[in-house]
Amino acid sequence: MAAVAAGDAVEAAPETRRVYRALAARRIAILTVLLICLVISVAADMALGPARYSLSQVISAVLSPAAVDVQLRVVIWDIRMPVALMAVTVGACLSLAGAEMQTILANPLASPFTLGISAAAGFGAALGLVAGVAVFPAAVEYMIPINAFLMAIAASLFIYGVSTLRGVTVETIVLLGIALVFTFNALLSLLEYLASEQALAAVVFWTMGSLTKATWTKVAVTGAILVIVVPLFARKSWALTALRLGDDKAASFGVNVRALRLETMLLVSLLAAIPVAFVGTIGFIGLVGPHIARMVVGEDQRFFLPGSMICGALLLSVTSVVSKMLIPGAILPIGVITALVGVPFFFSLIFTNRRRAW
Amino acid sequence: MVALTLDGIGARYGRATVFSDITTGPIEGGALTAVIGPNAAGKSTLFKRIAGLLKGEGVVHVDGADAAARPICYMPQDTGANAVLTVYESVLLAAKQGASWRVAEDELREIDEILASLSISDLAFRDLGALSGGQRQLVAIAQALVRKPKILLMDEPTSALDLYRQIEVLDYMRRLAKKSGIAVLIALHDLNHAMRYCDHAMVVASGRLIANGPTLDVITPAMLGEVYKVDARIETCTLGRPLVIVDGAR
Repeated sequence: MAAVAAGDAVEAAPETRRVYRALAARRIAILTVLLICLVISVAADMALGPARYSLSQVISAVLSPAAVDVQLRVVIWDIRMPVALMAVTVGACLSLAGAEMQTILANPLASPFTLGISAAAGFGAALGLVAGVAVFPAAVEYMIPINAFLMAIAASLFIYGVSTLRGVTVETIVLLGIALVFTFNALLSLLEYLASEQALAAVVFWTMGSLTKATWTKVAVTGAILVIVVPLFARKSWALTALRLGDDKAASFGVNVRALRLETMLLVSLLAAIPVAFVGTIGFIGLVGPHIARMVVGEDQRFFLPGSMICGALLLSVTSVVSKMLIPGAILPIGVITALVGVPFFFSLIFTNRRRAW
Repeated sequence: MVALTLDGIGARYGRATVFSDITTGPIEGGALTAVIGPNAAGKSTLFKRIAGLLKGEGVVHVDGADAAARPICYMPQDTGANAVLTVYESVLLAAKQGASWRVAEDELREIDEILASLSISDLAFRDLGALSGGQRQLVAIAQALVRKPKILLMDEPTSALDLYRQIEVLDYMRRLAKKSGIAVLIALHDLNHAMRYCDHAMVVASGRLIANGPTLDVITPAMLGEVYKVDARIETCTLGRPLVIVDGAR
């Protein structure tokens, strides 16, 4: 530097910006490959099931439903496609929620599951299933998802509120999250203890997580949440990325850190709560999806945001496929399989790509 | 030329007043101003207040710059962020806040030039987490410069640097200020650096502005005794430069 006069016109190496353009292009290519993998996984998910159909039969049922027989059409359109698409939307929602939580809390352990938001949502749903208690009594017919959502919001705001207190560290937030997990799980156990046999079965379904009760309405609702939330995050992508450089640095770039955290936490609650309300507790995706995305495309949110969604969707979709293949003719609860499939994959990534881990 | 004037500014955290009623004459562009004072004197808070990141009483005037263009840039102390971002991305990020996703060729050219002027082009595609403290400081300067500030507030930019890098950075900032006409305020602990590189000095202690003026008028044995509680002399070295020599604590 001593040889360079400050403020002088410096002959910048043109290859620097060319290398940046190439880096950006490589990230877009990685996202495209992941997207293709997702499409293949969704196709496999639709092709697999107790009734055996060939891939060509499945493709014709998807492309021209009127031309295939009724049974095939019903199996593909009313049973398998909602399940396959639900895996995509739920995986994307949970992973995106985890990604933005990790971003705003500057904590690699943050996810809807580890911070107790899923547990809160599960407790809210169980409150409706077991005791018939509606947290928001005006909408009793949507009691379960609304209970889950409101409890998740309450837990999120509690965590956010504590995180804004002076002297609260990242470690405090994680401990608080773990405390919330234990609290809501204890309350859930209490409800299970008091529940009728039928209600108990419903609650157990929750805690395992399952895509088998997917419907087009649920797919549409979770998809709609993504359609609403993603553009809001996308608009803030530079600000969210700046947050990873520290609060002071982000503020010095002109980011309103407090407002950004609150807004993001509210959107994250929405992303975390609704999928849990529909498919139960699926723990692994929100934690690991973002980490995989971070390793392959870095933390520039223009790539990290779609990367997290695609990775989460791909993880859950592959898990859905595996859950059908493990025991022929039976579909295992997906929440049980996610960690079994994802953990070995995640560790292999960590050990082959240590430099870009958190 | 840009000029910064502080008119009775103050700041508080909750009920605790950090400083109050700080008033200065115009701090002109083209020069370096050292902001000195003991630990916890409120230097960082003063910078945040000037940059508008903290609210408080008083007014910060900036003459000769478009106020809407955010002429003041605060460069916080290095916190060793572990983001999975390359140096290039982190500088781009500083330039693009509030802007669209698309990155124009001109914007990249500007980053190339800033990295080259700081001689850190070879670090462009290193991850931030893989940099040394000194390298991170240079990247922070690049992040500040890409925002084209008229007034740059640098919070202890030399704290993580070895001696060679400290001198390099201060020398670079002095030449940059003179060349581009920006006003640079630097929080410093090393009073000899302040005397050698800074044209002016402000002393902040006990929540008020103790002294403000040409560096050699401000850094005096009396001030060092009052603010730092040390017995000290100002001597001239064989090269004719003034030096602070501390004889001991009071």
